[in-house]
Amino acid sequence: MAGKGNAESKAMPKRGMTDSNKLLLITIIVFVAMYAGAMIFLGEGFLKVQTFCNLLNNNAALIITACGLSIVMITGGIDISVGGVVALVSMSCAVNLDYLNGNIFTSIMVALGIGLAFGIVQGFLVAYLDIQPFIVSLAGMFFARGMTTIVHSQPFNVANEAFQALKNTRIKLPFGSVNAKGVFVNAYVEIGVVVAIAIVVILFCVLRWMKLGRSFYAVGGNQQSALMLGINVKRTRFIAQLLSGLLAGIAGYVYFMHVGSGSPSHASGMEMNAIATSIIGGTLLTGGVGNIFGTFLGVLSLGLIQNIVSSIGLDQAWWTGITVAAMLCLFLVIQSVIMAQSRKKKAAV
Amino acid sequence: MKENSVLEMRNIHKSFPGVRALQGVDFTLCEGEIHALMGENGAGKSTLIKVLTGVYEKDEGEIYLKGLNKPAVIKSPQDAQNLGISTVYQEITLCPNLTVAENMYIGRGKGQITNWNKMNKDADKILQNLGIPARANQQLGSCSIAIQQMVAIARAVDMDCKVLILDEPTSSLDDSEVEKLFGLMNDLKARGVGIIFVTHFLDQVYAVCDKITVLRDGQLVGEYVIEDLPRVQLVAKMLGKELDDMEDIKGEAAVYSGADADQNLLEAEGLQSDAGIKPFNFHIKKGEVNGFTGLLGSGRSESVRAIFGADHVLKGSVKVEGKTVKIHKPLDAMKAGIAYLPEDRKIDGIVGDLSVRENIILAAQVLKGFFHPFSKAQANKFADEYIKLLEIKTASADTPIKSLSGGNQQKCILARWLLTHPKYLILDEPTRGIDIGTKIEIQKLVLKLASEGMSVTFISSETDEMLRTCSRLIVMRDRRVVGELSGQELTQTKVMETIAGGEA
Repeated sequence: MAGKGNAESKAMPKRGMTDSNKLLLITIIVFVAMYAGAMIFLGEGFLKVQTFCNLLNNNAALIITACGLSIVMITGGIDISVGGVVALVSMSCAVNLDYLNGNIFTSIMVALGIGLAFGIVQGFLVAYLDIQPFIVSLAGMFFARGMTTIVHSQPFNVANEAFQALKNTRIKLPFGSVNAKGVFVNAYVEIGVVVAIAIVVILFCVLRWMKLGRSFYAVGGNQQSALMLGINVKRTRFIAQLLSGLLAGIAGYVYFMHVGSGSPSHASGMEMNAIATSIIGGTLLTGGVGNIFGTFLGVLSLGLIQNIVSSIGLDQAWWTGITVAAMLCLFLVIQSVIMAQSRKKKAAV
Repeated sequence: MKENSVLEMRNIHKSFPGVRALQGVDFTLCEGEIHALMGENGAGKSTLIKVLTGVYEKDEGEIYLKGLNKPAVIKSPQDAQNLGISTVYQEITLCPNLTVAENMYIGRGKGQITNWNKMNKDADKILQNLGIPARANQQLGSCSIAIQQMVAIARAVDMDCKVLILDEPTSSLDDSEVEKLFGLMNDLKARGVGIIFVTHFLDQVYAVCDKITVLRDGQLVGEYVIEDLPRVQLVAKMLGKELDDMEDIKGEAAVYSGADADQNLLEAEGLQSDAGIKPFNFHIKKGEVNGFTGLLGSGRSESVRAIFGADHVLKGSVKVEGKTVKIHKPLDAMKAGIAYLPEDRKIDGIVGDLSVRENIILAAQVLKGFFHPFSKAQANKFADEYIKLLEIKTASADTPIKSLSGGNQQKCILARWLLTHPKYLILDEPTRGIDIGTKIEIQKLVLKLASEGMSVTFISSETDEMLRTCSRLIVMRDRRVVGELSGQELTQTKVMETIAGGEA
């Protein structure tokens, strides 16, 4: 800063992008490039609107959990209990409907109740007792998985008619494509997709414009500073964890609507997928950086990879795993390079 | 409360495990006054301020604010903000991942919705008024530390505050920025804001302040009007003894009169590291105190880091006592009898969670090897010896070092290196951010060590400090050695000229 450097540093700096926006941009580019590549090289299937809609149909629950996880990660925490909560919710709802004479309303209440309960307890432990979020949610994960088996040990399909109707509801979209017989067919999405997209939109707005949302970023950026800036750090962390739990509950019901059954092995590894898709979507594990829309694209990217892998004919789970691993590596490298560059730029000022 | 006071703190007590940080301190701040809070490290300034801003809760005592009939309840920084107390801390307490404007407005106001357009516009206006070269929608992390500090000040100033606390805000600012800050402080003063100003720079105190409150060892020494308290008196009050050590030390050059006094302890030729310094030659005699001087960023630290092997050495040879040694990493240098007290004690120096004792024996332990640990008794003996020798103020040798004040942490690091009995000690900014009393102690210690035959290289941003301690100065500019001064040339003017390159 001394000597001749002074004149330059006084000049108005360029605006530059925030880290969150840079990472979001990369996510968008990668997703669009992958989809375009699939359309060009794999043709047919990927040209159909329904393929895209199925991407949403199959991943609606993951979108919701990943959104919750992104919020927790932005505040600098983690929640690995979400997969367990999803399994517990779908099993509990299944039992509620088939064995306890429940109806749609009661089963939804069960789902929200379980999600809220996990969110409140874990949030309290993390925020007010200051216990490591990893440990808290690890315990939560074991507890949820264990409870699932206690609620009912065998997997079974739900027979409740009202629920079947709900499960099979297809929302026709005003566009579509021509099928093999030459008949025009409207594309459709399931109810879960509407829920997921509504949540994405709401959370995006909260994170962008609400004081609460900005507090998540501030707490994740620097907890001590956030406190000094007059933010209620404990409450903010509590709400983040609470939201993650609640969203896991909602995701559980969406998952339940998609598969229509309860099973202790449901949603295994979903928490890891949620973390991976958040990172692909541009969320930093260290907190403070991330974007809900990015997370949404992150989930779609993961689904897209699965589709591509199976349509190439490598229909094995490990190929998906390897591709996702490669993508994660790529993203982490890009992220650290970008972060290193902006640090270098700062040092040069 | 008095007629025109905005803040009165009465009989404040605060204790931490083993330390009574504040013992019945009173403090009064009047409307439209700039009030300096002075004291050595560990005197309780920071604690008092943190009590006032709700970071710590006081054990006892009352805080009264203007317009409040009952004692104020301040339990969190939020409470303090709502009561009209805003603070700028020495360390940047902003979020680097948010934009400049957000950092100025987050955590304030009632609304739940952020209006980005309005916020950016407002912020830009303030930045422009204050002449801060940053944009509202720029990410804070991409600004230099000085600008970040100015943003923190802008935030504090913009809040409609009655009390503004500036806790060493100037340590990362350059002269023109300090001027700007002073202008701002005077504006606020004219508006009736009470300002508490904490700084180590006496010049700055006398440039802007109206009153001084001096703390020592957690107790109130007194409140003085600035005209009534000349500098020497202030220093005496802070140190608690009527001493003229500053005069004492002057002219007292290090004299080592051993038989080997003329021999070079260390010779370096064509040394160059990957930190970007040009190849340089260097030598130091036994029992000599020399120093690297130059502006910040001129390569002072990089030079000594190259000697110590802390940066990757590209070229050059080093001889210690006539024998060539290869120094690739700090351990090599330590084995050759070199010790290095790094510039940034928080990053390179202390291990915060370890105790004072463990921090002190760390380097000696490394040299001895991890498989031959010191016995408990030995470690205790070493620690106690140096705590006494350097007068480290700590509750016990078991106290975690991070709970000590800055100056005392520095002394611990110094003790750590002295324990390795080095032949050559490098001190990189050992006196930065610590109080005058400790500064003088460290300077005296350097001279004492030299007179016992240790060679010392001393680096400091304060030239007069270097002139007092060093018998030879190596001057650097733009990462290059540009001159060497000794004897009669060691004057303030001559050093300045050489740094500026006036007559080369």
